[in-house]
Amino acid sequence: MDTVVLARAFFGTSLGFHIIFATLGVGLPLMIVIAEIIHQVKGDNDYAIMAKRWTKAFAVLLGVAIPSGTIVGVQLSLLWPGFMEIVGKVISLPFQIEIFAFFLEALFMSIYVYAADRLPKYFRLISVFFVAFGAVASAILITAVNTWMNTPDGFKIKSDGTIYDVHPWDAFFNPSFVSSAFHVAITAYMTGAFAVASVAAFKLMKKRSDRERAYHLKGLFMSLAVAFTMSFISTLSGHHSAQILHQHSPEKLAAAEGLFETQRYAPLAIGGFTDPKTEEVKYGIEIPWALSWLAAGKFDTEVKGLYEFPRETWPPFYVHTLFNLMVGIGTLLLGLAGIALLYWWFFIKKRGKPFPKWLLWSLVLSGPLSMLCIEFGWVFSCSGRQPWTIYRVQTTAEAATRNENLGMLFLLFLLLYALLSVLTILILTAYFKRNPVSKDMDKLYG
Amino acid sequence: MSEEVLAILIMWSFIFVYSIFGSIDFGAGFWAMVYNNHKTMAGKIANRFLSPTWEITNTFLVLLVVAFVGFFPKGAYTLGTVMLVPVSLILFFLAIRSAFMVFSYSVQGYRKTMFFISGISGLLIPSLLIAVLPISQGGFISVDGEIQSLLLGKLFSSPTLYLYVLFGLTSELYLSSLFLADYSRVSNREDAYRLYRGNAILLGPLTLLSALFTLLFMAPEAGWLVDNLMDQKIWFILSLIAFCIAYASLWWPKQNRPGIGRPRFTLLATVLQYGLASVGYGMAHLPYIVYPDLTIYEAFTATETFYSLMIMYIVGLAILTPGFYVFWRLFLKDKRYLQQD
Repeated sequence: MDTVVLARAFFGTSLGFHIIFATLGVGLPLMIVIAEIIHQVKGDNDYAIMAKRWTKAFAVLLGVAIPSGTIVGVQLSLLWPGFMEIVGKVISLPFQIEIFAFFLEALFMSIYVYAADRLPKYFRLISVFFVAFGAVASAILITAVNTWMNTPDGFKIKSDGTIYDVHPWDAFFNPSFVSSAFHVAITAYMTGAFAVASVAAFKLMKKRSDRERAYHLKGLFMSLAVAFTMSFISTLSGHHSAQILHQHSPEKLAAAEGLFETQRYAPLAIGGFTDPKTEEVKYGIEIPWALSWLAAGKFDTEVKGLYEFPRETWPPFYVHTLFNLMVGIGTLLLGLAGIALLYWWFFIKKRGKPFPKWLLWSLVLSGPLSMLCIEFGWVFSCSGRQPWTIYRVQTTAEAATRNENLGMLFLLFLLLYALLSVLTILILTAYFKRNPVSKDMDKLYG
Repeated sequence: MSEEVLAILIMWSFIFVYSIFGSIDFGAGFWAMVYNNHKTMAGKIANRFLSPTWEITNTFLVLLVVAFVGFFPKGAYTLGTVMLVPVSLILFFLAIRSAFMVFSYSVQGYRKTMFFISGISGLLIPSLLIAVLPISQGGFISVDGEIQSLLLGKLFSSPTLYLYVLFGLTSELYLSSLFLADYSRVSNREDAYRLYRGNAILLGPLTLLSALFTLLFMAPEAGWLVDNLMDQKIWFILSLIAFCIAYASLWWPKQNRPGIGRPRFTLLATVLQYGLASVGYGMAHLPYIVYPDLTIYEAFTATETFYSLMIMYIVGLAILTPGFYVFWRLFLKDKRYLQQD
């Protein structure tokens, strides 16, 4: 493998690993805040137990999110020194503000975890609120840099590479920032909620005492309500992001849809794969006119095809599949959450029936599926920008390190990620096995 | 003062602050390992400090990287290219250390492993971190056309590297001993205090000796730095005076009570000692970030970016200060935390 491919594989792996923990690190605190609020408003102690147990899980996940985030942050300079040179001049602002958000989260996380017993109730809520706020702010700020790579703004560049006329805030609020950052935050909330739903559904599959069943049902209902809301919003915001693609990164949209000829009344291709030989989508379902309508709300919108652009700047064809997977899973999850909530209303709340096995099993899968959806989305966003690291400014090859020592280091970090994954699972299962819900309940209710 | 100088001043202050907090953090990890199960509870005290604080210290390390990229992007390019291997190793150890810190809090079974990992990495990570100083003073980077790379063989066979590491480690252990002596006293643990005070008495002169040797055996390529350091003599003399006062204060009688030493004063005077020496070293290093190819003027960021970063630092600091204050009250002052059991 040449150095550029190796650098991409290395960094992609680091990011892919970090994304799991970062996403849950944004999603779970929201669930904790909601549980704390319900507990303090309704006085139902079950929600206090939920908040406590989720905090425990969150603290363990943070143990990987922090170092993996540190790794990704520093590896940017190690693997993409050429890129970071431009970043430093133009878009270092969000990175720097992100540090403050990170500080906020770290400070109040320590306070919430190590000083909870010494704090008044309201201050516990304030602490966990700041943790949640710091987490989502970090995500939004980092996304600012990523969106700037997709739709760079706020500077000019001479042919020799000199950067001039820099406007840091314009770079920050680049054309795709608001839409993508919103999408990232909402989908993280959606994933956190589905992750909780997964666990609650799993717990409901076995026979339990009535109070435990009631506890898990509360957790499941709460997470499904959040998951459904967030999935619905994320569908809308995803649609908006696609319209931004149409305006600002037409070749990415064309590759996502496997569209080669520029046309009005463009069809939407669902499924299948882009055949590089015949240059068309094979085995997909075409919905006439739909792409034009999605791109700008009118059937006669002209959507640019790949032939419009030089061949060497085409994104890889597999992004069509990634795009389909992201949208497909997202839609599926929205439907699943909707069905589960309807079922709840008609069979459980009104007639006191239990959830059927098939529905519980599907819900168990929802958390992992939602996480996959996030991963596909990020891989789509970044490989759909290829061959550019900064769209039409810097290619990935120009950005990459020239260092030849990547192979061994990549291997070392693969081992590290495997080790941390195994340890996380071991620690979480060990802790929750030793401290089952019944134990927390006995402590509270006697 | 030019913008470049202001930027390097801020950067250098961050590095100084991190070197103090990092020393205390990694040093506490090391002492927690050494005094694990010690009858004085010295290990437990070190760990009590470490549990809530390591995350903040770690964030500060990321701040260093981010500030450097923002202020001196070209510097990030050069150091990012040449430091790939050492910095990757730092990240590797840091990740394992952080993960175990958190895990051991959740599951007791990992306590022993955590003490071991945190103790060993408490020596390894600072050693790798300080390697950036000898590298930046020249002679260890080869330039082949556009491509810069680190001469790992030359670096590892150079006495300069090891003397810097020795200086770094003795300083780390000295500072953390002083800090933990003070922390033990606030926690009302006189036996642990005496233990850490004893370590400090031993380590103090060693830091001085290793600093002297580092200076005497500088690599030949660092001649420029030695000359410049001589011009900054006054800072080092002041620093030496601060050391003598700090060291002597280890024997001063305690206020209003029997006992010996004023650890809070010693710690602050020692921080001043390192601060003065840092000013001297920093000024001698100017204008180079990496000798001889990279100066602060070439590496500097876009002016507009510099000013928006400055504004955001002020805003961010204003927002965070109350948070830090609450944190300090809860973990470094609150008797309920310090004197549990």
